[in-house]
Amino acid sequence: MKTLFKELLFPLIAVLAAFVVGGILILLVGDNPIVAYRLLLGSALSWPDGIGQTLFNATPLIFTGLAVLVGFRCGLFNIGAEGQLYVAAFATAWVGITFANLPAVFLVPMCCLAAVLAGAVWAGIPGVLKARFGSHEVINTIMLNFIGIALVSYLTQYHYKAPGDPILQSVPIGWGAHIARLGKFIPGLPERIPLNLAFLLALFCCFLVYVFLWRTKWGYEIRSTGSNPAAAEYGGISIKKQIILAMAVSGALAGMVGINEVMGYRYRYYDGFSDNYGFTGIAVALLGRNHPVGVILAALLFAVLQHGGIYVDGFSEHVTKDIVQVLQGIIILFVAAESFFKYMSGKLRIKNPGKV
Amino acid sequence: MRDIFSLGLLLSTIRVATPLILAALGGMFSERSGVINIALEGKMLAGAFTAAAVTYAADEKLHMGNASPWIGLLAAILAGLFIAAIYAIVCIRFKADQVVSGAAINILMFGLPGLLSGAFFLSSGSTPQIPKAHLIPWTPIVIAFGAVLLSWYVMYRTPFGLRLRSVGEKPEAADAAGVSVNQIRYSGVLIAGVLAGIGGAYLSIGQSSLYSRNMTAGRGFIALAALIFGKWKPVQTMLACLLFGFTEAVSYVLPGLVKLPSGNDIPVQFIQMVPYVLTIVVLAGFIGSSQPPKALGIPYQKEK
Repeated sequence: MKTLFKELLFPLIAVLAAFVVGGILILLVGDNPIVAYRLLLGSALSWPDGIGQTLFNATPLIFTGLAVLVGFRCGLFNIGAEGQLYVAAFATAWVGITFANLPAVFLVPMCCLAAVLAGAVWAGIPGVLKARFGSHEVINTIMLNFIGIALVSYLTQYHYKAPGDPILQSVPIGWGAHIARLGKFIPGLPERIPLNLAFLLALFCCFLVYVFLWRTKWGYEIRSTGSNPAAAEYGGISIKKQIILAMAVSGALAGMVGINEVMGYRYRYYDGFSDNYGFTGIAVALLGRNHPVGVILAALLFAVLQHGGIYVDGFSEHVTKDIVQVLQGIIILFVAAESFFKYMSGKLRIKNPGKV
Repeated sequence: MRDIFSLGLLLSTIRVATPLILAALGGMFSERSGVINIALEGKMLAGAFTAAAVTYAADEKLHMGNASPWIGLLAAILAGLFIAAIYAIVCIRFKADQVVSGAAINILMFGLPGLLSGAFFLSSGSTPQIPKAHLIPWTPIVIAFGAVLLSWYVMYRTPFGLRLRSVGEKPEAADAAGVSVNQIRYSGVLIAGVLAGIGGAYLSIGQSSLYSRNMTAGRGFIALAALIFGKWKPVQTMLACLLFGFTEAVSYVLPGLVKLPSGNDIPVQFIQMVPYVLTIVVLAGFIGSSQPPKALGIPYQKEK
């Protein structure tokens, strides 16, 4: 219990500090921070729209947060979840369009498999490049983001768009590829809210990632590679294999965003759908202390902010929804500069030597 | 084919390459000192927004006339410096992970211009239009190419350049020789802020006449790619920027001029991919090898 508190304390301080800095910014642009924050946080708690929409927003963030987490645990920085999820979402839609007449029993698993495989392959490329040539995964994943996004945009525009459609989106997927919205099972939750089975899949993946990393041999080897590659290699672990495995698993997780987006929400591939999910995943993993439970909590926080952003845009005079990204950026900065807080607390101690 | 290779294309290439050159050179100073700079995008955004906002304010509110773009440019440099200072303190003083903090700076700067623009100009999408007479379409180009020569000189012919390179390769040795590793790294990161700030300013008050949301559109990352493609060297980096600028310029004129054998246009998306694919290829060592500075990304811990 005490360790749990300790784990939670630092992220909480970082979030609070970010809200203070954000509050000062809101004051500077001429609004009342308390009003703005009430809009930002309060709107997410209404039932059913607020809560339903927030959990829907949290779904892709849990997937990308887990993706970044698995990379981090192996000492890799997967900054390419954004590209991986685009490629995967397109692959999901491609299967859903190509085999549109198959019944759900076949089509749902096939589409899910497409999402997972496409994500794994797109992240596997920088994994192989790193293992084989030693080129840095950060640069390669950034480059593959642009390549992947351009590639699926091309495929959508030239090959899978309905003729004459002014919007850059694919034709719809077959009925058999739809997955149920949770409104179907939960009384009081209308089905127009896109929260769907992918949310439960995301929670299940948190459990799976926990088991994989902490209860299997592969996970142990990945974590050893991350914490001390030299010792891992000495202990007989092939670092190259771990790098490729970790990147592939990471990409597979990012790819599952496609299940939520294509099979549970829009039922087609929609170009440019991601609201920076891949990059927010970095914030989610870091704030969640690279632990699956932390990822759920952090994803919920960012989902709340994302939902509240719309209300801030509509109801406050000066503050726009951009405050959400600003807060995200500041939170990551604070989490990254953890020693800043140690430094600050050291300073405070010197000032009040009697108290501490 | 002759229609493509024209003077217009050359000028267009130079115009597209200018912000890339500025940002990439900035990135070079930072990375050669050992600090990764994936935050170039954020710094460019800071420069682009500040330049447009301040130029507009100086022009409309303070009636500074022809001086307003210069004040805007200066403000963009300060904005770049400010963002770079935050980045430097977080990475160098507090030894935060450089890639993580760089990503944080980028995310922050995706939001901050919209927030400020929404508050001051009541439109989070873009800043108000600046009259054409009060733009600086040429100066940043001159600055960019001048900066290439100056960077080469500073990097290879001055004591500062020698220290900068040694700090990025072997910080322990530089430290033992009496060089302050962190001080040099602060300088490197701050120079990056200045240059990326000017690069951003060129986008908003040189090429365009306002700041629009996410106007850099990944140019900070292309600059980073060019830096790697140019093997972290000033002249090669400039050539890489010109090459990437050329591919972008071609993508504007190509549709309609050249057709595939099937009679269709060459999809723009494939031309857009060229810089990124080339970077991956060169980084993997298929075309020569591109070796990063040895101490890149590692915070320096002085031995006690």
